Amino acid sequence: MSRLELDSRTSKGEAPKAPKARKPRRARTSVFWLAMPLLVIAALVFVLPVTGLLPEEGQDLTRTRQPPAFLSGGTWEHPLGTDKRGQDVLTELVTSGRLTIMIGLVGALVAIGPGVLIGLLAGYFRGWVDKVISILIDAQLALPFILIALAIISNRGSSLPVLFLVLALTGWAACARVTRATTLAVRERQFILGLRAVGASEARIVFRHVLPNLAGTIVALGTLQVGTAILVESALSFLGLGVVPPKASWGSMLASGQDELSQAWWIAFFPGLAITVLVLLVNLLGDALLTHHDPRKRRR
Amino acid sequence: MKAARLRRVAARVGALFASLFIALTMAFALGRLSGDPTANILGPTAPPEQREALRQQLGLDRPLLTQYFDYITGVFTGNLGESLQFYQANTTLIFDRVPYTLQLVAAGMAIAIIIGVPLGVLAATREGTWWDRAASTVALLGQSIPVFWLGMMLVVLFAVKLGWLPAGQSGTPRHLILPSLTMSLYPMAHIARLTRASMSEALAEPFIDSARARGISRTRVVWRHAFKNALMPVLTIVVLQTGILLSGAVAVEYVYSWPGLGQLALQAIQFRDFPLVQAIVVFGAVVFVLLNLLVDVIHSVVDPRVR
Repeated sequence: MSRLELDSRTSKGEAPKAPKARKPRRARTSVFWLAMPLLVIAALVFVLPVTGLLPEEGQDLTRTRQPPAFLSGGTWEHPLGTDKRGQDVLTELVTSGRLTIMIGLVGALVAIGPGVLIGLLAGYFRGWVDKVISILIDAQLALPFILIALAIISNRGSSLPVLFLVLALTGWAACARVTRATTLAVRERQFILGLRAVGASEARIVFRHVLPNLAGTIVALGTLQVGTAILVESALSFLGLGVVPPKASWGSMLASGQDELSQAWWIAFFPGLAITVLVLLVNLLGDALLTHHDPRKRRR
Repeated sequence: MKAARLRRVAARVGALFASLFIALTMAFALGRLSGDPTANILGPTAPPEQREALRQQLGLDRPLLTQYFDYITGVFTGNLGESLQFYQANTTLIFDRVPYTLQLVAAGMAIAIIIGVPLGVLAATREGTWWDRAASTVALLGQSIPVFWLGMMLVVLFAVKLGWLPAGQSGTPRHLILPSLTMSLYPMAHIARLTRASMSEALAEPFIDSARARGISRTRVVWRHAFKNALMPVLTIVVLQTGILLSGAVAVEYVYSWPGLGQLALQAIQFRDFPLVQAIVVFGAVVFVLLNLLVDVIHSVVDPRVR
């Protein structure tokens, strides 16, 4: 989360000056090459179960803890091995990937939505609104996310709505901080003054003119937030506080692999690897987008 | 001059207190306003009389304002209530565990600094090269791996397969190696990224060119001139990350059954020990605000411009 603060520092200065003539080709291609594998992962997770190519779902107690195909004793029937109930790890990985990706996307949205709105208000209206919101942001960032999660979950138990509440509460402040900084720069630009001169209403200026100018930053923020949401979800599910059976995510798969480490490490290995690859790609994409929309960085 | 400085210090301390107050209020609100915790503690089938008794025991039957007032005075007098499962003062329970977590955080942070800072400097001095890209990718990878998963895989490799190190629990320095390595990853990545950004800014300053022009060696310019100027953000993130680790070590402690604060928090949740959870949250918030204060003090000591 604090990575966003670092980046906000660079965009806090004056309004972007460089005319947006032509975007450097490198930035555009790197965004493309990062977005592609993400789309492929999403396609695999959502399409594969329908094709019937995967090993069958369900338990099979005659073949528990089978190693993956590339180890001795493994078969191609279960390419990534089986777990303690004889379920195929690959099938489980694909089916629980759906919930993981869904939580990542929704988790990012619930943090970005209020975060952007609050940051926009603070940055545009300045004055006491800004002061109050800034204090709230600082206070929120003063509570480590795990503590917020514990406080809510100890009270409400764990369920998907509670998980989204946790993600919203832990994510909005960082988003608001960056949005506020970017809004501060946009509102000083000439065309805002022009709009005011022709009598455009405040609401119209904020939502029709300032907000679209923030679109790039918001998309980048949202992308990075997807990575954060997936990591937070996996940590909570691993501790048994996020996604709990019968629902399954990569985090909850890790949790069930924890007891099997000494006998069947692959049960925990593959979901963790999947999380790492997905989050790494998302973070790389977010960074590329952020650089893309930060003229100061692009020049270097 | 002095009066202005005093005023600035007072304003900063005031802002920190305000933020502590709001954090405490949030913790309180999250605990009380999100519904009746007794249903969750006792389960949905508990008879109403039993829930009423527990509500009285926890003081939840009193007016909300009274509860809030007692809670705040409790925080400032060091009284954080009593645990439901251990029948002990929450503060005693917490301070029994703090030394363990502190050990882990200190060792992890040391590793993070020793690797992260040189990695960031290396990337900044060779900006745009393969060194830079490799260091930046390592740093980004460090922020993308779920730390507890890394911990589990280290256990598989070094404890189960190779048998070199113990898989869990605490006691000897050998027990400390795997958990602190695991713990160091995230702050290490953070420190490396920030060092790179901060160093590349410092290296672009005119005084670097002038130092080089005066014939000072490259190494000396990098470490004596640029690094000194890049140090402040790095120090800040070190202190703040320490705060996050202190209360955020839950997953790592769980993987290695390390008897620290994180384990206590987890136990508290599992036994639905509502007062203990709240006490740990409050403790974390207070520690975090104190560390923020420390950052400000370091700033004014190290950087004469801030004074």
